[in-house]
Amino acid sequence: MLRPPFIAIGLLSACVLAYEVLLTRLFSIVLWHHFAYMIISAAMLGYGASGTLLTLLKKKIAPHFGTVYVMAAAALAVLMPAAFLLAQQVPFNPLELLWDKTQPAKLLAVYLLMMLPFFCGGLGIGLVMSHFGKQASRIYACDILGAGAGSLGVIGVLFLVPPRQVLAALTVLALLATAIAVIELKVRPKWLTELFIGLAVLAAVAMPGIQVQPSAYKDLSQAMNIAGAQMIEERSSPLGQITVVENTRVPLRHAPGMSLNATSEPPPQMGVYVDGDGPSALTRFDGHLAPLAYLDQLTSALPYHVLAAREQNPPRVLVLGAGAGSDVLQALYHRSAAIDAVELDRNISALVGQNFRGYAGNLYTQPGVHMYAAEARGFVNSSDKRYDLIQVALLDSFGTASAGLYGLSENYLYTVEALQAYLSRLAPGGMLAVTRWLTLPPRDALKLFATAVAALERSGVPNPSARLAMIRGWKTVTLLVKNSAFTAPEIAAIRKFSRMRSFDMAWYPGMSADEANHYNILAQPYFHEGAVALLSPQRQDFIDQYKFYIEPATDDRPHFFRFFKWNAAAEIFALREQGGMPLLDWSYPLLVATLLQAIAASVLLILAPLALSRCRRTLPGAPAALYFLAIGFAFMFMEIAFIQKFVLFLSHPLYAVAVVLCAFLVFAAAGSWLAGNWQNRLWKTGRWQAANKVTLAVIALGVLALLYLAILPSFFHSLIHLPDAAKIIISVALIAPLAICMGVPFPTGMMRLAGTNEQAIPWAWAINGFASVVGAVLATLLAIHLGFAAVILLAVLIYAVACAALRGFA
Amino acid sequence: MNRPNNKIMKHRFALGAFLFFCFAFPSQGVGFDAARRSMVDEVLSDAAETSSYSGSSALSPAVVAALEKVERHRFVPATLASVAYLNRPLPIGHGQTISQPFIVALMTDLMKVNKGDRVLEIGTGSGYQAAVLAEIAGAVYTIEIIEPLGKEAGERLKSLGYRNVETLVGDGYYGWPDAAPFDAIMVTAAASHVPPPLLKQLKPGGRMVVPLGTQFMTQYLMLIEKQQDGTLTTHQILPVRFVPLTGGH
Repeated sequence: MLRPPFIAIGLLSACVLAYEVLLTRLFSIVLWHHFAYMIISAAMLGYGASGTLLTLLKKKIAPHFGTVYVMAAAALAVLMPAAFLLAQQVPFNPLELLWDKTQPAKLLAVYLLMMLPFFCGGLGIGLVMSHFGKQASRIYACDILGAGAGSLGVIGVLFLVPPRQVLAALTVLALLATAIAVIELKVRPKWLTELFIGLAVLAAVAMPGIQVQPSAYKDLSQAMNIAGAQMIEERSSPLGQITVVENTRVPLRHAPGMSLNATSEPPPQMGVYVDGDGPSALTRFDGHLAPLAYLDQLTSALPYHVLAAREQNPPRVLVLGAGAGSDVLQALYHRSAAIDAVELDRNISALVGQNFRGYAGNLYTQPGVHMYAAEARGFVNSSDKRYDLIQVALLDSFGTASAGLYGLSENYLYTVEALQAYLSRLAPGGMLAVTRWLTLPPRDALKLFATAVAALERSGVPNPSARLAMIRGWKTVTLLVKNSAFTAPEIAAIRKFSRMRSFDMAWYPGMSADEANHYNILAQPYFHEGAVALLSPQRQDFIDQYKFYIEPATDDRPHFFRFFKWNAAAEIFALREQGGMPLLDWSYPLLVATLLQAIAASVLLILAPLALSRCRRTLPGAPAALYFLAIGFAFMFMEIAFIQKFVLFLSHPLYAVAVVLCAFLVFAAAGSWLAGNWQNRLWKTGRWQAANKVTLAVIALGVLALLYLAILPSFFHSLIHLPDAAKIIISVALIAPLAICMGVPFPTGMMRLAGTNEQAIPWAWAINGFASVVGAVLATLLAIHLGFAAVILLAVLIYAVACAALRGFA
Repeated sequence: MNRPNNKIMKHRFALGAFLFFCFAFPSQGVGFDAARRSMVDEVLSDAAETSSYSGSSALSPAVVAALEKVERHRFVPATLASVAYLNRPLPIGHGQTISQPFIVALMTDLMKVNKGDRVLEIGTGSGYQAAVLAEIAGAVYTIEIIEPLGKEAGERLKSLGYRNVETLVGDGYYGWPDAAPFDAIMVTAAASHVPPPLLKQLKPGGRMVVPLGTQFMTQYLMLIEKQQDGTLTTHQILPVRFVPLTGGH
């Protein structure tokens, strides 16, 4: 009697989920980091398409079940690296998406290639499930256990080895899982076991040399093109791949937006790149401050001059996002008394503190300097220190910011709540300084200004205009937010600082219009006019009429870099060849393109094959179709929104993806199991109808979701300082009850369908699969426009619709 | 019976295609000329629409003549020659691009180069911008930091007969002291700051143009004018007919 391949299934499932998380890392390195939603969608498509194939070929496959399973598992092993390597060969360039008509097709090719491994994985799991139907719950347990271990385990492994080696390790693991399947399923010939073990050994030896080829347009690739560039250090963790580049022939010379009046140049520097983006400068420091004079020629030096005007003790400074130390050096140059530097990624702080300690002049052990490895928001919330100056460093690169690369990603450094938290840590008379790249027409600067106004108002400040100052150079903008009104000597210092460096003033209390737009002359004094409008009673009108989205970012809608507005899209699109292309941040069209291709691909690969087969005669009724469509969308909406909600708490998108995905998987499975058990026990007694059960689950999840929406922000706020492990356990505990409820509707509906219209089951799978594929992308799109809270509410509503639909066929 | 017929049809098609390419090939030069003229028309209409926003009036006749003359298809990879006259940036390898013709026109126009002027360019790329400048200026000095690109561009400019262009592969940060001072400087290679030595090498009354943005997307142009007393005035120019407020003109 053949037993299900429990071990092989667990391993296969672990590989697939680990691969899904790994791909988000690999895509961050090769392209840019917001491809996560595309990968989730591709994974769902693979699973959905494999379900359709199984439905259609079930009878043909059944006699060769063992062989087909082994083939699927082996194909997974081969395709995990092969699909990624092939996708790298596709000349897809997101920057050309709107220039080149062939790019959408290339994007589709990447998407379909990434779908293939998941198709094989889904095929393997689906085969075993359908073949050993009676033991489905135990198989499911192994599957979910493996998936959970895979998605969390890969994070641990990524701390130890770089992503390309993890890809090799997953291939080895998948080959071993295939060998085990040969044994468990007693597949002939027996030597297949040895073959797959041999291949695993071969892969282990040959594959670590696999090349991850970043886009030629990434900052690191550009730096490496220059003669004399040498990669002298590479470190990797789940937070990012750090590369240090030194070039003694053509030095880095990073002084972003340095005044045109400056005559000094930066001392020797190394470039530090995170996932190929950057650079931030690791500057040689020999203890002498004179070579650092260039740091006084940046707009970000403004707060030091304002503080100096107070004639008080040297300032206590907090640098959020210390990176490779430029802002710490700037604080040192201005003779700060104490400098607390916060950096999330230990690999980056270790460059300054260990690897290149001598080069960096023991920067982090200088008197008064303290380095903290922490997330900025977490540090600010847990610290009880007070600072004269909090500097939010400009760490993202000009290129990625100006190309709209971050349009879709959440950023919790620049939200209203973040600014409020920073302001609460200021000593009397202290100030917050934020420097951003200059974009034209103004986007970041005005959004930041609007965010600061909102933060001050929410903190109960009656007259925000007295506490704000903003200057602009030719490439950067610096905003000061003080926790009391600016004094006359401070205003004089702002004016003098700007005049000496040919920086323009955009706003200071009492500024007149004719003081704007003197040095870096714009067609209109956009920055000053914008600041004045944002401080006026007509603020909302201005925000509404502005052609870019400059509504303040909040923790619920933390897309600080989203400037896209639908009502300006047509005008900008028409101007794309007349110099207007950079006005349209491309990440947004990319998301829309991904949504369209997700719809097309899932219709073609999941629904169409059924419609063209004999199954077309077994179409379910409208209520059943609506039910499975609704629960597919609602599940994905919840999952995606909660991943985003936990990004702030868990400090990094990758942690959030891994932990939330894992928790949803495990506990939704538990919910399914519970639903099945209730079904068996209570159905017989006749007390419970399926619809009641789903209604109960939906009411419970609705209550939970609403409760979380209300309490999570303050809950996170008070616990964000805890160690990562504690935060992970708390996250899992929070998601568990919700996911258990969300696990109920699918199996309940299936069992109901089995009792009423069994032939329609493949359709139910397919429709649900379609909704999952599209839902993953749609949820991201909706979150950007409506906020995560709205997406969660929408999910609850859709679940309610599902309840009603279930009554139609239950 | 069907099969042989199919085969014959295929042969016929192949022959037809072969003949088409034989005849089409010699006319390719003419095709490029027409394409270039239509590209220039497009650039002119873009420039006319943008003039009140970019701060410059219509393109100068010298710039238009240069665009009409320089064969852009010789400055892009052979595989992209057929799209060389589209008004769009194109990849030229090594993660670099050849700028959109409209942006090239606008930047060249902003430099107000006269016959006999000495011009420095940092970032040769394919050499197209240098060629356009060379049609107008007396001497063009151009430096490229990426070795293969710089060498290729040097050879290309030489083979196209540009005797007034000097090319150099190396670091552009310190400019070209031996040829300084310059009437105009263009810094097309992205930099975190404008190198002070380049500002020094600009003549009083000279103009420097710095495009800011990424490959494929020029966000804005910076025009730096050095006054006779050595002070600098900077204009930041949005190369597009666009005002950020609804209803604004």
